[in-house]
Amino acid sequence: MSVRILTVEDDERIRTAVSLALQEEGWEVEETSNGEDALASFSRHPSDVVLIDIMLPGIDGFEVCRKIRRLGDVPIVMVTARSDSHDVVAGLEAGADDYLRKPFDPKELSARVRALLRRSKTVGAPSNFTFDQLEIIADEGMVRIGGKEVHLTRTEFKLLVELASNYGKVLSREDLLERVWGYDYFGDSRLVDVHVRRLRTKVEIDPANPNYVVTVRGMGYKLQTQL
Amino acid sequence: MLDEETEIRETTSYRPRLGLQTRISLFFAVGGLLVSIGLAGATLVLTRQQLIDSRENAASAFALTNATRLSNQLTPDSSVEDLPSIVDSMTKIEGSQRLIRIRSDWLPSQELDREDLPENILDRVSELEAGQLRAEINGKTRLVLGIPLQLFDAAYFAVVDLSDLEETLDDLRIILFGAGAGVTSLAALVGWWISRRTLRPLRRVGEAAQAIAGGRLDTRLIRQSDPDLNRLSESFNEMAKALEERIHRDARFASEVSHELRSPLTTLKASVGVLESRKDELSDPSQTALDLLSRDLERFNRLVSELLEISGYDAGAASLELEEVNLYQFIRAATRNDDSIEYALPENAESLVINVDKRRLARALSNLLDNANRYGTGPTAIEVFTTEDSIRIAVEDNGPGISNEERKIIFDRFSRGSVGGQRGDDGGTGLGLSLVQEDARLHGGKVWVEDLKVTKAETGSRFVIELPLEGEETL
Repeated sequence: MSVRILTVEDDERIRTAVSLALQEEGWEVEETSNGEDALASFSRHPSDVVLIDIMLPGIDGFEVCRKIRRLGDVPIVMVTARSDSHDVVAGLEAGADDYLRKPFDPKELSARVRALLRRSKTVGAPSNFTFDQLEIIADEGMVRIGGKEVHLTRTEFKLLVELASNYGKVLSREDLLERVWGYDYFGDSRLVDVHVRRLRTKVEIDPANPNYVVTVRGMGYKLQTQL
Repeated sequence: MLDEETEIRETTSYRPRLGLQTRISLFFAVGGLLVSIGLAGATLVLTRQQLIDSRENAASAFALTNATRLSNQLTPDSSVEDLPSIVDSMTKIEGSQRLIRIRSDWLPSQELDREDLPENILDRVSELEAGQLRAEINGKTRLVLGIPLQLFDAAYFAVVDLSDLEETLDDLRIILFGAGAGVTSLAALVGWWISRRTLRPLRRVGEAAQAIAGGRLDTRLIRQSDPDLNRLSESFNEMAKALEERIHRDARFASEVSHELRSPLTTLKASVGVLESRKDELSDPSQTALDLLSRDLERFNRLVSELLEISGYDAGAASLELEEVNLYQFIRAATRNDDSIEYALPENAESLVINVDKRRLARALSNLLDNANRYGTGPTAIEVFTTEDSIRIAVEDNGPGISNEERKIIFDRFSRGSVGGQRGDDGGTGLGLSLVQEDARLHGGKVWVEDLKVTKAETGSRFVIELPLEGEETL
């Protein structure tokens, strides 16, 4: 089954050129020019990856991102044309898994999409983990806290599994960027920070005083039960 | 942005002066001093005159009375021996003494003898004239009065002590001096207070201007009740508002330009990407054209992104995103583990964590490495050393070195080295080193270039980035 990518971009020329570049990779592309169409298209026929431009007429990219995130854990890539960092953090907090800054290289876009698609398949996860109240059933992609199922996106799940399979060991932001997102050393470490924050709101009882995913100052993050 | 800087110079030659407030205080103090000197002088002179006059009048009246009494009681046969009984009946006033001569005999007083009397008065009296004068006798100022008694070939002398007057005048002098000093200080104080009050609005303007320069663009002066001063604060506020609007307009413009430039570039890159992947289907001339297109698109892309970065700095929109960075990993990643470079890192580099904007510092380092590749023979060494409060990262090359003139402009925008005339085949934008400088400055640090003398034959340059360290810690 071929991969379907939904793009939301109001600039027709960019939309067409980007679609051509994605089609070159052998992917099927569904083009939409505004948030309403994108949401309608997604609920009619969910795609495998969503590419959202932040600046859209009508409902903006953040809102589209939040709504699609509510519908499922499909990988979302945000595209921003602004150089300030506010858009990036806001996009990640709205639920995006990754982001690209315009003008991006089509090869970089394909690499991001491929990394997200790899993450979608929960293969290769070695086993199940149980730490205190936290249960990770890797092959089913399921996480339970105190026996109750918690819904994680694939990126959050992958992040948790990476930390869990290195229980008690500190992983630097750069390590996590490489293992979860496939970035090199100079990837944006805010990706890690925002995702860790979001992961904590889901698996921690008190996200401000985490019991599982803890920050090690100057080094990175580790999974270790504190009780 | 100003096209040219306008400098307003005073037409008179400039010399360093005291501050306005000091000058006003001094002016008041000098005025106070002059007034008190004048008043004190007049007071002293007048008082002295008044005191001496009245004392002299009293003394001459008393001397005349006693001389009359003496002449009434004397007989032509009287001798010195008769005098004490006469003297006893005379009027006495405190501090006065009398000497009496009859023919060539003298009746001295308890304290004074005829030798003590000034010659002037003796001469005068011997010429049968009454006289008085002030003289210093036995260390005291005294008034000497002499009255000849012609009938008996005698003379009466009274000596009145004036030294108590001098003491009174001394006291007065001390009081006046103290008062003068007090008035002078008070005047200085009043001058200081008045100038402070007068200059307060100016100081506020200064503080507000400083706040604006420091980036708080919304700083405004409050309304003044004084109409003269209010005009100043109103025009200041108008200026500040215009400046703020202009800066915001510039920033907005940069952001809009940024968006407008990024959109077509995105289309171009995606389209060229598609062409690149179907390059085999193209004819030879088309392939060559595509290569040209790709290369210049890449350069254009770089130029746009660097210009946008620079305009971000100019609009004051650039901000640091500090994060903890492991020094060793950072340097190795920034050089892509290039083992042809000699690394001289601190011993604790592998555990040294610095707080920097990773993206900006990486770009700065990468620009220095690019620069070494372009104008030198490639980077030969990277040296990092830390002091208590700073870290220096030096990139060395064995290139031809940089002349002193070039060193001054090398960090300027679009300045290219004399050997760097080969525009076009290197992808350089001429903005790389200015961005290094901006990035270093944003960190509160700086960048400079120095000569590298390896041997006499070999030359080279050494670019050094210095950053202050605050959040440094060793783990």
